[in-house]
Amino acid sequence: MIRPFGIDEALFIILAVRWTIALSLVAFAGGALGGLLIALARVAEARPLRYAALGFIRLFQGTPLLMQLFLVYFGLSIFGVGINPWIAAAIALTLHASAFLGEIWRGCIQAVPPGQTEAAWALGLGYRDRMTSIVLPQAARIAVAPTVGFSVQLIKGTSLASIIGFVELTRSGQIINNATFAPFYVFGLVAVMYFVLCWPLSLLARRMERRFAVATRR
Amino acid sequence: MGYTFNFGPVFANLDMLIAGALITVQLSGGAMILGTIIALTCAIAKTAGPAPLRWLVDAYVEFIRNTPFLVQIFFIFFALPSVGLRLTPNTAALLALTINVGAYATEIIRAGIESIQRGQVEAGYALGLKKSQIYRYIVMKPALRTIYPALTSQFIYLMLTSSVVSVISATDLAAAGNDLQSRTFVAFEVYVVITAIYFLLSIGFSLLFAFIGRAAFTYPLSR
Repeated sequence: MIRPFGIDEALFIILAVRWTIALSLVAFAGGALGGLLIALARVAEARPLRYAALGFIRLFQGTPLLMQLFLVYFGLSIFGVGINPWIAAAIALTLHASAFLGEIWRGCIQAVPPGQTEAAWALGLGYRDRMTSIVLPQAARIAVAPTVGFSVQLIKGTSLASIIGFVELTRSGQIINNATFAPFYVFGLVAVMYFVLCWPLSLLARRMERRFAVATRR
Repeated sequence: MGYTFNFGPVFANLDMLIAGALITVQLSGGAMILGTIIALTCAIAKTAGPAPLRWLVDAYVEFIRNTPFLVQIFFIFFALPSVGLRLTPNTAALLALTINVGAYATEIIRAGIESIQRGQVEAGYALGLKKSQIYRYIVMKPALRTIYPALTSQFIYLMLTSSVVSVISATDLAAAGNDLQSRTFVAFEVYVVITAIYFLLSIGFSLLFAFIGRAAFTYPLSR
C-alpha cells in the first residue's frame, strides 16, 4: 500500500533538519579545533611538522569525502569500536573539515604582514603570546568570510552521512520516498530545506567578503 | 585489535576497479566539458544579458550551489521519471554532474569576466576592434587565464564528488568498490585501494590541467 505524501510526511522531513544541523555543528566544532592545529603546524618552524600537516591536507583534499566516510565507518569496526553511523560521520566530517579549515586558515595567518611577527619578536614575546595576541586575532578577521563559506560546503557534505545510514535530512527523504513514491515532492522539499540552511550563510559570506574588500582597499 | 589486513581479493579484482575508474574519468571528463559550455553561456548571459535572463542564471547558480549534490542526483534520477524523463543511471549521473559543475563554473567565469577593467575594453574600441573581437581577445582570453586555476581545482573537486553517483547504481569507481566489497567482505581494504585510486586520479588530473594551461596560455603576461 502506498502512503500519500501529506503533512505528517513533510513534517518528518522538516524535523530531520535538526540532525543535519547537529552533525554540522559537531563537525564544525571538531574541524575548527583540528583546523587550528593544522594551520599552526603548516606555518610552524619545524619542517617535519609543516610536511605532516601538508600531507594531511593533500590527502583529505585529494580524496572523495564519501570514501573518507566509508574508511572511518569500516575502519572503526576493525579497531573494535562497534559500527555507529553517528560517530563515524562525526569523525570523518571532523577530519575533512580540519583539512579544509587548516588550509584556509593557513592562508589567513600568512596574510598577516610579516612585520607584525617581527615586531612581536622585537618586543620579546614568546610563541604563545605572539600567536594569541598578535597574529591570530588579525588572521581571524581575514578568516571569517571564507570560514562561513566553508560551513556551507560542510552542511552539504553532511548529506553523505545518509549513505552510511545516519538518519538526517537526506536519509529521511529517502525513507519517506520509499513509502510514498512521491520523489518530486520529497526531494524537492529536501532540496528546499538545504537551501534554507545554506543560502543565508552564502549571502552572509559574500557580504562579509565585499565589506572586507572595501575595508582593505588601497 | 588482532585484525589481519587482507588485500589479496582486492588486487585479484583490480581489472574491475580499473574499469570503474575509466567510467569515473569519462563521467567527470564529460561533465567538465559540457559544464564549461553551460558555464560560458551562463556567464555571458549574466554579464551581458537582459535582466530576466540574469535572474534566471542567478536562480540556477544559487540553487545548485546551496543544495548537496546527493540531493540533486536523487532528484534527477528519481523525480524526473515522474514527469516522463527516464534516464539510465550513467546518463543521469552525467546530467547531474554537468548541471552541478556548470553552476560553480558559471560563478568562477563570471568573476573572471568582471575582473577585466573597463579601460581594456575601451582601448579595444579605440583600436577599432569589432565587438566580437573585443569579447574574444580582450575579455574572454585574459579572463579565462585569470580563473584557470580556480576552474581546474573545481574540476578536480567535481571528479571527487562524482563518487556519489554510485548511490544511483551508476557503474563508476566507487560503485565498483561497493560491488567488490559485498563479494569479498574485506570492506576496509577495498576502500583503501579505491581511495588511493581516487588520489592518483586527482594527481593525474592536476598534471593534465597544468599541461593544458601551459599550452593554452602562451602569450606573455603584462602587468
